Amino acid sequence: MNDFLTTYAFLIVPILKIAILVFIVLTVDAYLTWLERKVIAHIQARWGPHRVGPHGLLQPLADGVKFIFKEDPLPANVDKVAYFLAPFITLLLALTSLAVIPFGPQKFTVFGYETHVGIADVNISLLVLFAITALGVYGVALAGWASNNKYSLLGGLRSSAQMISYELTLTLSVVGVLLLAGDFSLRGIVEQQAAGKGLLSWYVFPQIIGFACFYIAAIAETNRVPFDLPEAESELVAGFHTEYASMKFAMFFIAEYTSMISVSCLATILFFGGWLSPFPDSWTFTHYLPSVLLIPFGLWVIFDGIRYENVFGRIMLPGVGAAIAAVGALTAVPAINPYVQGPFWFFAKVFIFLFVYIWMRGTLPRFRYDQLMSFGWKFLLPVSIANVVLTSVVILWRMH
Amino acid sequence: MTASLVIFFVLATVTVLAAISLIVQRHPIHGALSLIVVMVALAGLYLLMGAEFVAAVQIIVYGGAIMVLFVFVIMLLNAEEEERTNFSKLATYAGVPLALAVAGFIAAAIARSSGSLPAADPSGALTSTKTLSTLLFSDFVYPFELTSFLILVAILGAIVLAQREN
Repeated sequence: MNDFLTTYAFLIVPILKIAILVFIVLTVDAYLTWLERKVIAHIQARWGPHRVGPHGLLQPLADGVKFIFKEDPLPANVDKVAYFLAPFITLLLALTSLAVIPFGPQKFTVFGYETHVGIADVNISLLVLFAITALGVYGVALAGWASNNKYSLLGGLRSSAQMISYELTLTLSVVGVLLLAGDFSLRGIVEQQAAGKGLLSWYVFPQIIGFACFYIAAIAETNRVPFDLPEAESELVAGFHTEYASMKFAMFFIAEYTSMISVSCLATILFFGGWLSPFPDSWTFTHYLPSVLLIPFGLWVIFDGIRYENVFGRIMLPGVGAAIAAVGALTAVPAINPYVQGPFWFFAKVFIFLFVYIWMRGTLPRFRYDQLMSFGWKFLLPVSIANVVLTSVVILWRMH
Repeated sequence: MTASLVIFFVLATVTVLAAISLIVQRHPIHGALSLIVVMVALAGLYLLMGAEFVAAVQIIVYGGAIMVLFVFVIMLLNAEEEERTNFSKLATYAGVPLALAVAGFIAAAIARSSGSLPAADPSGALTSTKTLSTLLFSDFVYPFELTSFLILVAILGAIVLAQREN
């Protein structure tokens, strides 16, 4: 048995990693919907989900059950192949994009097979990501076309036009980072930003224009507010997914949240130093920051939970709080502490980007379609090209 | 049979089947979808030869940009299913013999040079992004610049055509 494991470790370990990552990402997706509803509710002075479980914490579970058991009607005269393929393509590509993202610096050995945190360490990972993004348009376009519905078709056309337009800016805005790092590998780009000075060596400072273009284009690519025209409900019912119900509808949404996660990961890696700490290397006391944040948060959840309005909440919330505090305490153990640093900073930064996504949805109005197009082509694209020229000139000037 | 050989045959089969499907499909969208599969499978074949950059660009440019335009135009024109004509005169007297001749020519060329075809460099050193870009901007800089000039002219032409009414 052990022989089998070590011989086929090159196959077994990646499959295990993929299973773990997909499980984590789908869970995070589910709780991202909860967070989004909660945050937007509080922005609008409402409670948000509050009935299913304490503070609505079991709402994603109820949603999942609902999606599975809903009727899944097939509209008349749809193009069956494309209609079924569209949600699968969308979800498949969204999940695949996470495969090339490195989550931490450490390497570890499982069954005698050395591997790292993240699924595949490709030397052209950034190009692979763009290739996956380039294919992402088909899911939306096909869904809109195959549904045999004018709102779907309009939504699909709009959203493909939008994704093609902003993909250019997305790609060009990253060229500045590529010029600075001289590497297509995401791991390499993060390592280039590690100069021991902490936050100051991140690419967001030399590439502030590039970052602005990247983030705006990335929001447009993921079809989120203020660029959520494909689903402008006041004009297009629900855009390209009007005719989708049940699990197929859920797949579009899981894909949308997964793309949000991968875009946030990409922004973190390219411009915010990935898993690097914002503090200089010499400040070793900052290594205990995870514990300092998690233990009080856990204690607060316990304290808040014992006063909750029903018995179930009075049991569940302190349990969750105790778990959080325990994790916080574990991260302070010297044997574990160094391994926590990378993932902690990585996920903290990704969380901030995800929160900004939700924050914008709660505050910004939607673009008009012509505004969207002229903004993308007449402003964002020229600015990102100018950024490439500027960066190249500065690099050349420094070389001489 | 090594793993890479297995992958090669899987990808090659997918490429050929998708190419056949591209011709056989009656609906333009299904044809376009088959072509996308061909492009992606071809990218996989490039990857097998160690040409990662070419593989990624193949998907970004052909699989993404160009095929999206195809799909977009088909969707905008709302193209219906094709009418099937059973072999026009042109197809019987020119198309079929010509197709057979081309197939025979290619088969003969492969048969004659079998065994003597140079293998791709498995290390990928020749096809890495750095070597490729160095070559493009040193040895092949004139063809490269000429191509970009051609593309620029084509873009201008497209704009002129689109604005003809004003």
